[in-house]
Amino acid sequence: MKISPALASWLQVGPLAVILVLFFGLPMLVVLAASFFDFDHMTIIPTFILDNYQDLFTDPTTLRLYVSSLKFAVIVWVITLVVGFAVAYFLVFHVQSLLIKIGLFLLCSVPFWTSNIIRMISWIPFLGRNGIFNQMLMDAHITSRPLEFLLFSDFAVVVAYVHLFTLFMVVPIFNAMARIDTRLIEAAKDAGASRFAILWEIVLPLSKSGIALGTIFVVTQVMGDFFVVKVMSGGQSGSVVSALSNQIQELQYPPAAASAVILVIVLMLMVAGILRVVDVRKELAT
Amino acid sequence: MRTASGNRPWTFYALASVFVLFVLFLYGPMIVIYVLSFQGPQGGLTFPMNGFSTQWFHELVVPGRSGDIAGSFRRSVILAAIVTVATVVICVAGGLGFRRRFPGAGVLFYLVIGSLVMPGIFVGLGISIGFQLLGWQTDWTVSGLGAQLTWTLPFGLLVMFAVIGRFNRSFEEAARDLGATAWQRTREVTLPILLPGIIGVALFGFTLSYDEFARTVLTAGSENTLPLEIWAMTTNVTSPALFAVGTVTTVISFAVIGIGLGSIALIQRRRGRGAASH
Repeated sequence: MKISPALASWLQVGPLAVILVLFFGLPMLVVLAASFFDFDHMTIIPTFILDNYQDLFTDPTTLRLYVSSLKFAVIVWVITLVVGFAVAYFLVFHVQSLLIKIGLFLLCSVPFWTSNIIRMISWIPFLGRNGIFNQMLMDAHITSRPLEFLLFSDFAVVVAYVHLFTLFMVVPIFNAMARIDTRLIEAAKDAGASRFAILWEIVLPLSKSGIALGTIFVVTQVMGDFFVVKVMSGGQSGSVVSALSNQIQELQYPPAAASAVILVIVLMLMVAGILRVVDVRKELAT
Repeated sequence: MRTASGNRPWTFYALASVFVLFVLFLYGPMIVIYVLSFQGPQGGLTFPMNGFSTQWFHELVVPGRSGDIAGSFRRSVILAAIVTVATVVICVAGGLGFRRRFPGAGVLFYLVIGSLVMPGIFVGLGISIGFQLLGWQTDWTVSGLGAQLTWTLPFGLLVMFAVIGRFNRSFEEAARDLGATAWQRTREVTLPILLPGIIGVALFGFTLSYDEFARTVLTAGSENTLPLEIWAMTTNVTSPALFAVGTVTTVISFAVIGIGLGSIALIQRRRGRGAASH
């Protein structure tokens, strides 16, 4: 029996499609529908009301939460971009041996395969009032009293985000840089280009797609986070999703769903904006 | 980029320092909690070490002391094993399917990317409301499993894309010219060549499931997986037992990573030797 190539492909991707439709596509539609539902103490009531959105847009805390989330996203984006670019550049252009390159790359990747919650918690003994960092500062006589702002603060939140998400910047930039033809750089050097000119006019433009992919990943991860901001800020800062998860705990599903819909729209606009600047398809096609 | 004289430029040393600091930043705090998990009985959450004991590890297995660590650990390992098998089968098939152009490929690809970047808790929220509307109970073996697959499948598929991108199709063509059937080609040529990548997919499947939190928190039902149990501990356990569970779970992760990467390295080495002897 001969089957057509299109049918063969669909048989192969069928299970993937079924799982993603059932557990991702449909649930997203459910969230959209639920954002128009009503609710009382225990149950959600299927109906069509706009109250959830009205409450969301008239509540002044909404804007504050978005400002807070965006602030974290921008700070973390800048830091992960600079660090991720430097690390990727080092691995691609300065490490000559392929074996060492793979080894160092894995060294950066291994923490990604361990628990995010544990990696976040591991900053507590480091940054606490009697923590290692404060001890070091006092031993070096840089401060006389322990710094209080290190743990359970916005600072701690940013540190944890950078710790968790820099890899998402390293990997795509590494991939993009590894594809740069080194002869291009040799030619530029022969033509008298400075190191900075090579970086600015060759490496950076050719790494753009990797930077864009990393940016999409880091920004969506930070904007979608709730547990880091809850634990590391000690409850003092909020984010859009941490407020949303509080609503879920109080079983207020429809307002939470409305908040989720708005955040997804904001994220989609941001991603669309990034894709407008950089054509990522080129990156994924190869 | 070596200079003509063979000396390394100053940028090498600058970037090497950045790299070393980055690695210290990645591993330093983690190593600290492994050390602190061996605190003495009177020890606290930070240095100095107050003696040395394994008491906090014992505390983990005493029922009721720090929640249901043993039970949640068992559930997490079982779930991760199921997710691994499902991810490997679905992603290998899916990756091979994506080699041809087929109607709907673009839509499916966007579904994959959407699933990857969607904040995890939203996926969990949708599944949980959906189950509620249908009158079903959420359970880690059904809703939890489905929710985790929306996270592991996109990663697995991207790994497959990378692996297949390097795959030389002339091996398959040669097998066809020699009269191999489609099934023989897949089983005896394509899959063995792709094996290291497939182990990579399994590695992603296991570790991402074993540590998954955001998608599982609303879909696990009444019984917790390990990350949910740890999350509960962060709010009510203020003893080094918290670090002890971190040490245990990281040891498991490292063991899985070691087995995965080790077997990939072994296969590559055998291949290198095989190629050299022919």
